Amino acid sequence: MADEADDRKQEPRDRSRRELLKRFGMVGAASVVPGGAFVQTASTFAAEARTAAAPPREALETLTAAESDTLEAIVARLIPSDENGPGAAEARAAHYIDRALAGPLSSARRAYAAGLAALNAYAQTSKGGLFASLQPKDQDAVLSEMEKNAATGFTPNSSTFFNLLRAHTIQGTFCDPYYGGNANFVGWDLIGYPGVRISVAAQEQRMGVALKPNHKSAYDDSMFTKRGGGHGH
Amino acid sequence: MATNLRKTDVVVVGLGAVGGVAVLPLARAGLEVIGLEAGDWLTGRDFAPDELRNNFRGWPQSVQKANTEIPTHRPNASAPYSPRFPIHPMMNAVGGTSLHYWAQSWRLNPWDFKVVSETTRRYGAARIPKGSTVEDWPFGLEELEPYYDKVEYEVGVSGKAGNIGGRIDPRGNIFEGPRKREYPMPPLRGTGFTERMAAAAKSLGWHAFPGPAAINSQVYDSRPACVYHGYCNRGGCHLNAKNSTAASTIPKAQDTGRLKVVTQAHVTTIAVDERSGRVTGVNYVKGGQEYFQPAEVVLLAGYTYENVRMLLLSKSKPYPNGLANNRGQVGRHYFSHNTASTLTALFPFDLNNWYGLPAQGIAVDDWADDNFDHSGLDFIGGGNLWVYSDRRPIGAASMSTFGKAPAWGSAWKSFVKQNADRWNIAYLQKTTLPFEDNTLDLDPTVKDGLGFPVCRITADFKENDRKIGAFTQDKMAQWFIEAGAVAVERGPVGTMGPSTHAYGGTRMGDSRETNVVDSWGFSHEVPNLGVLGASVMGTSGAHNPTLTAQALAWRTAERLTKAWKTIASG
Repeated sequence: MADEADDRKQEPRDRSRRELLKRFGMVGAASVVPGGAFVQTASTFAAEARTAAAPPREALETLTAAESDTLEAIVARLIPSDENGPGAAEARAAHYIDRALAGPLSSARRAYAAGLAALNAYAQTSKGGLFASLQPKDQDAVLSEMEKNAATGFTPNSSTFFNLLRAHTIQGTFCDPYYGGNANFVGWDLIGYPGVRISVAAQEQRMGVALKPNHKSAYDDSMFTKRGGGHGH
Repeated sequence: MATNLRKTDVVVVGLGAVGGVAVLPLARAGLEVIGLEAGDWLTGRDFAPDELRNNFRGWPQSVQKANTEIPTHRPNASAPYSPRFPIHPMMNAVGGTSLHYWAQSWRLNPWDFKVVSETTRRYGAARIPKGSTVEDWPFGLEELEPYYDKVEYEVGVSGKAGNIGGRIDPRGNIFEGPRKREYPMPPLRGTGFTERMAAAAKSLGWHAFPGPAAINSQVYDSRPACVYHGYCNRGGCHLNAKNSTAASTIPKAQDTGRLKVVTQAHVTTIAVDERSGRVTGVNYVKGGQEYFQPAEVVLLAGYTYENVRMLLLSKSKPYPNGLANNRGQVGRHYFSHNTASTLTALFPFDLNNWYGLPAQGIAVDDWADDNFDHSGLDFIGGGNLWVYSDRRPIGAASMSTFGKAPAWGSAWKSFVKQNADRWNIAYLQKTTLPFEDNTLDLDPTVKDGLGFPVCRITADFKENDRKIGAFTQDKMAQWFIEAGAVAVERGPVGTMGPSTHAYGGTRMGDSRETNVVDSWGFSHEVPNLGVLGASVMGTSGAHNPTLTAQALAWRTAERLTKAWKTIASG
């Protein structure tokens, strides 16, 4: 893309960022939320959604700030915060993707650069604004068109990029928190995964047994993180 | 310039599921053995319960020679190539894919050895599918039984026998052939879900039983019992309760002092003496240096694709079209196991499948092989039905919505919140036959990291395979619905791309015109070259190949020890 075109987009990008913060209720308040303190249950979430702030953004490792804005807005629609609790934004799925694109998913970096640009171009033509600046209804319409492979301007096509976004958003929402997503175990709590247990008893495999979530990552176990291991096996 | 190493008795190329077994009888018999392995040693600390790493990222911590040689695929000679797999289905390490496989350790059923003669006897020769190159094995189950038994006890297999010396026990598989004795360990325990499925099978009049697994249900050979933590599917065991060859037979062979393991050894070709036509050893690259390892006997024990590629790459004057290929049989009779045509079910209640392992399940063999009358049917063979307790969060959330919800947004979120633990996918392994035009060869353009062509698969499922697929899905749907499922969804037929169950290419048989190796596993053309692995198998049956490939490997190795003078010195 030509530099000229980028320059023209600078102003709307800033505006979209403001819109995003406004919708998250973060304007003027974002800096007072301490990192990692975002712990809520699904049942209390809806009531507090309007007043609670999303956790602060992490430093970016791969994406540009503008790409990150767009991606944050996408994941927030794919798995939204709603009456069923926090969604992909709170799970920090976009942070997971940003980190993974520097390493294991690096082969997808170009697809993200091209896809996010195409998505914003399509949002601009079809809805009159960059994706992050649109109302949720219009954002959903753009994603729907992509899913149906009806959105234009994508290489090879819009549904391929949609499927990539969806797969990585699911990974970022439901992965081991070690990888930067599933923050505060919101993904595992949503689907009722009781957490990594290094040993499981017969009784814990019976139907009708509800296990208490233990909020444990694989890497909370010293065997996998310390020299010599901690298990004595 | 290659460094010439000291000559050894036997060099084994690949220390995975089969090479790792073969070294034990060789070393015990007093032979000096060198095992060349492309990967490294891994330990329990490498096996964190990590879904992303195991199931999405292909084990990045191990040296992945395999990932530089992923086979290409096209359904037939005039079809376009399929998209290339991002990772190889198998891995490199001491123990190979037996480190992270499901560890289902089945024997084949008697019919699988005699598909041609039994089909002809019962239904007439016209029922052999047109274009199939299937042959009877050169021997029956009874010949392989002692070797199955040895491997079950040396590796360690949990299970319940269904036929000990002809005495049928309905707690095991009533369709299995006679075995000498019980499994060395009882089966892995049941779960609420698998017991529910077993009860449903019983009410249909079917015979459900716990499947065999190379996983400890109790302490065995000083290794602990399984802890059912849920990360066994493409995951290594941090406790060595999964009986990979790295945990079982390879250490025992090392204890003899006669097995030398060389890691990070990338074997490139097998060398030949042009006058005698015998193999003289193998060439390999390690740390950027070239080596030649001379040996009296070479046992090729890579995976199916690599066995075929290694033979085709090893061209010489006596073997201008590749080693052991003067009759053009290397790469023929290829097929990958038909495990597509899956069936997924949705239940109206939680299954509590969050823990467990793919080998902790319940099987039905009533619709496998020739265990039912095919007179009124238009196919031969059948499928094993297998359900198990295995679920991890990313996989759970990636579930089908069964047409009941969109694929994203609030409605999707609400659906997965309710249903993430309410679905189950059956593993359906089906009889698959070799056909004239399903083959392996060298890709004309795609190269590996050293510049050698990768293996090319030209293969697709045929009508017989597809009909078994639909039939097996019907039976599985009936079973799930009997157990209370409210919806079922059929997976597509798929195609024969790179697979963890790849057979043929160096088929075993008495006729040298249609087979690469003889009934002992040694090349018809090259007397001191043996081939190990499912590449020698001519039929798949409806069960996982590993135990059969391991029993065959033990048998080939034992033959070598007994006929050493004939094989090693000609």
